[in-house]
Amino acid sequence: MFKKFAPSTDISGHTPVKSSVQRQIRATVLSQWKIEPETLEAVWPKKEGLVHVKCREHISIYTVNTEPIFFQHFDGPFYPTLRLLHKYPYILPKVQVDRGAIRFLLAGAHMMCPGFTSAGGRLPPAEEGIPTEAIVAIHAEGKEHAVGIGLTKLSTEDIKKVNKGVGVETATYLGDDLWAQKTL
Amino acid sequence: MGRKNRGQSPPRSAATGEALDGAINVAGSSTEPIKEPTPPMKVFYCQVCTFPLEYCEFGSSLTKCKEWLKDEDEDLYNKYYSEEALAAKIGTLSVAAQSALEQSTSKAEAKASAKATLALQKKLASHIIIKRIERTKRKHVTSISGLEAFDIDLKKAAKQLAGKFATGASVSKNAAGLEEVVVQGDVADDVRSMIEKGDGVLKGIPKENVEIVEDKKKKGE
Repeated sequence: MFKKFAPSTDISGHTPVKSSVQRQIRATVLSQWKIEPETLEAVWPKKEGLVHVKCREHISIYTVNTEPIFFQHFDGPFYPTLRLLHKYPYILPKVQVDRGAIRFLLAGAHMMCPGFTSAGGRLPPAEEGIPTEAIVAIHAEGKEHAVGIGLTKLSTEDIKKVNKGVGVETATYLGDDLWAQKTL
Repeated sequence: MGRKNRGQSPPRSAATGEALDGAINVAGSSTEPIKEPTPPMKVFYCQVCTFPLEYCEFGSSLTKCKEWLKDEDEDLYNKYYSEEALAAKIGTLSVAAQSALEQSTSKAEAKASAKATLALQKKLASHIIIKRIERTKRKHVTSISGLEAFDIDLKKAAKQLAGKFATGASVSKNAAGLEEVVVQGDVADDVRSMIEKGDGVLKGIPKENVEIVEDKKKKGE
C-alpha cells in the first residue's frame, strides 16, 4: 500500500477529527486489536487530538502529535503502523514467513502460501487459527521484530490446506515510504 | 485520569456538602484499582538504515551499518555478527540459496552507494544562479534558482529574504519548471554575501557554487 508514497504529492489534506468520531474510532480499535485501553491511552491520550491525513486511493492515516499511529483503506479495518507494532508486538496475531521470503517482502510483495508452510514459516495451530480478512503481523524466521503488517486472504487453516496463491496481502513493510516518514 | 478529576471537585459553599463529597470520592477511588499501561518494547534502530538491527543485512548499506554498530555497541555487534550468530542465521535456507541471497544484497548495496556518490557529485556541481532581472526601467527583481539541490526549504528562504530586505519575496516556477525565489529589488550582491555567510536557512552552500547573471527580460509589446 505504501510502496510509492510521497507526502508532497500524495497527501490531500490534514483535518482534525471530531471527538465523537474519535470515540468511535477508539472503540473500534480496541475491539480489533489485542490492546489494553490503558496502553492505547498511553499511545493516544484522550486529551490529544487525532488528525486525519487523507491520501490518494482512499487511504486515511491517523496521527497523534504528527506521529502516524494507524491507517485504514476505505472504511476497512485499522492497521497499526509498523513502528507502533514494534513497540507493542502483542496487539496483532503473528504469522511467520521463511528467510527466503524476506527480501521479497521488503520489496513490497504479497506473501504466498508456501512461504508460511515451508520449514521456516510458522502459522498458529488450528485452535488459534486466524480467519480470512484479518490483520496480522508478519514476522520472519529468526527475527525478533515484525517485518510487515498484512491482511489474510485465506484463513490459516486454508493456507495450510491449499498452499497456493496469495496467503497474506502485505499492507505495510519495513522500509516502505510510510516507514520513512516519521512525522506527517 | 478521569478518577483523579473527581477528587478535585470545585469547593462547595456548605461544609456538609464538602464532607459528603469527600466521603464519596474516597469510596470511589478505593474500589477501582488504577491499571498501569503496559510499557512499550524498546526497539533499537540502526542509525544508518533505520531498520531494527537484525534487518540491516537486507538493507543496502550493510558494511556501513556494521561499522556504525561496532563503534556504537560492541555487545550488540557480537550478538548479530559473531560467527555463531551468522551460522545460526542461515537457518533453513540451503547453501546455494544463502549465497545467492548474499550476492543480491551486495549488488544492491553497490548500487545504492553508486547512487549516493552520483547524487553527491551532482550536488557539488550544481550552481545557485542569482539573476538580476529588469522589471521596468529603474526597478529590478532578483531571482535565485538552484536552491533545491541543497535541500533548502524555499518558502522559509523566501520569508527570510523578505524580512531581511523589507521587500516582497515569493517562490515561483520559471521556464524549465525549476522553482526559484524571486525577491523584489536589486539585492543580488546582498543575497550572495548572505549565502556565503550561511545565514539562517541558507546553510551548506560553498562559495564557488554561487553565480550572478545579468538577465534582460523584455515583456511582450
